[in-house]
Amino acid sequence: MSAFPIIRIITKLLIPYILLFAFYVQFHGDYGPGGGFQAGVIFASALILYGLVFGLEAIQRVAPPIVIEKCMALGVLVYAGTGILTMALGGRFLDYNVLEHHVLPQWHIPSGQHLGIFLVEMGVGITVTAVMTMIFYAFAGRKQTQ
Amino acid sequence: MNFIVFAILALLAITAVAIAKLRELWAVIMFTGIYSFLSASWMIILDAPDVAFTEAAVGAGISTVLMLSTMALTGKAEEIPRKKSLVPLFVVIVTGATLVYGTLDMPHFGSPDAPVQVYPDPSFVKRSEADMHGLPNVVTALLASYRGYDTLGETTVVLTAGIAVLLILRRNDEKDEPTQLAGNKTP
Repeated sequence: MSAFPIIRIITKLLIPYILLFAFYVQFHGDYGPGGGFQAGVIFASALILYGLVFGLEAIQRVAPPIVIEKCMALGVLVYAGTGILTMALGGRFLDYNVLEHHVLPQWHIPSGQHLGIFLVEMGVGITVTAVMTMIFYAFAGRKQTQ
Repeated sequence: MNFIVFAILALLAITAVAIAKLRELWAVIMFTGIYSFLSASWMIILDAPDVAFTEAAVGAGISTVLMLSTMALTGKAEEIPRKKSLVPLFVVIVTGATLVYGTLDMPHFGSPDAPVQVYPDPSFVKRSEADMHGLPNVVTALLASYRGYDTLGETTVVLTAGIAVLLILRRNDEKDEPTQLAGNKTP
C-alpha cells in the first residue's frame, strides 16, 4: 500500500496522535475514562496501521518480534511484581497502601494507591499491546509465506 | 437525543441483517467493521467511553485487519446453502423469543432501584475517592485496586490467548518448511 502517497502521508500524520492518545488513555486513566486494556489496543492499532501501510518488514524494524514476545510476559510480570513488592514491604498481595512514600510531595509523584494503580495499569498496557501486535505478526507473516 | 438512539439501533439491526444476507465475504468484513463502529457510538450514548474505545480499536480496527488477512488465505465467497433449513430458523426464533420474554421482567433502563445500582453496596462509590487518596475514577479504582486480583487473572488470560495463537500459527509454519525441503530432495 506504500505506493499511494495520500495514504502514506495521512498515516504518517496520524500515527503520532494515535500514540499520544494511547499514552493519554494509559496514564490519565486514573482520572478520566480509560486504563491499560484500552490504551494497549489503541497503541497496538497504531503499530498495526504502520505495518499495513509500510509493510511487515518496516514495522518489525520498529517493534522487533523478539522484543514484543518478551513484552507479552513482561506486562504480567510487572503486575504480579507489584503484588510481590507490596508483600515484601509488609502488606498483603496487591495492597497498595504500603507503597505510600513521602518523596518530593510538592511534585505530586504517585504514591500509595495511586502508585499501585499506575504500576498495574502499566503492566496491563504492556501485555495487551504486545499480544495484539504479536497476533497481527502471526497473521500477516502467514500471508507472506504463501 | 431519542432520534440518535433510534437511528443507531435501527442501523445496527439493518447491518446485522445485511451481514446475514451477504455472500461476498469482503463486504461482510466491512459490514462487521461498520457494526463495531455503530456499537462504539451506542456505548458513548450509554456513557461508557472506555468500552467505546475498546470496541472501536478492537472491533472495527484490529479484528477487521485480522479477518481481511485470513480472507487472503481462504476463499472470497461463502457457499450458497443448497436446501432451506427450517430447524435453525425455529431454534433462532425460540431463543430470540425467550430472550425478549426475559427482558420483560427487567427494571426500567437507568432505574435507581435496579439491582445493579443498589447491590452489593453503593457506599463504595462515595468511599472510593478517600480510599484511593484522591483518585476520582471509580471504574479504575474498582478494576485495579478493589478487584486487583481479578484483573491480574484477566491479564494472564490475555497472555495465554496470545501464546495459544502463536503456538497454533507458528507450528504450521515449521511443518511447512520440512515438507518443502523433503519435496525438493526426492525428485
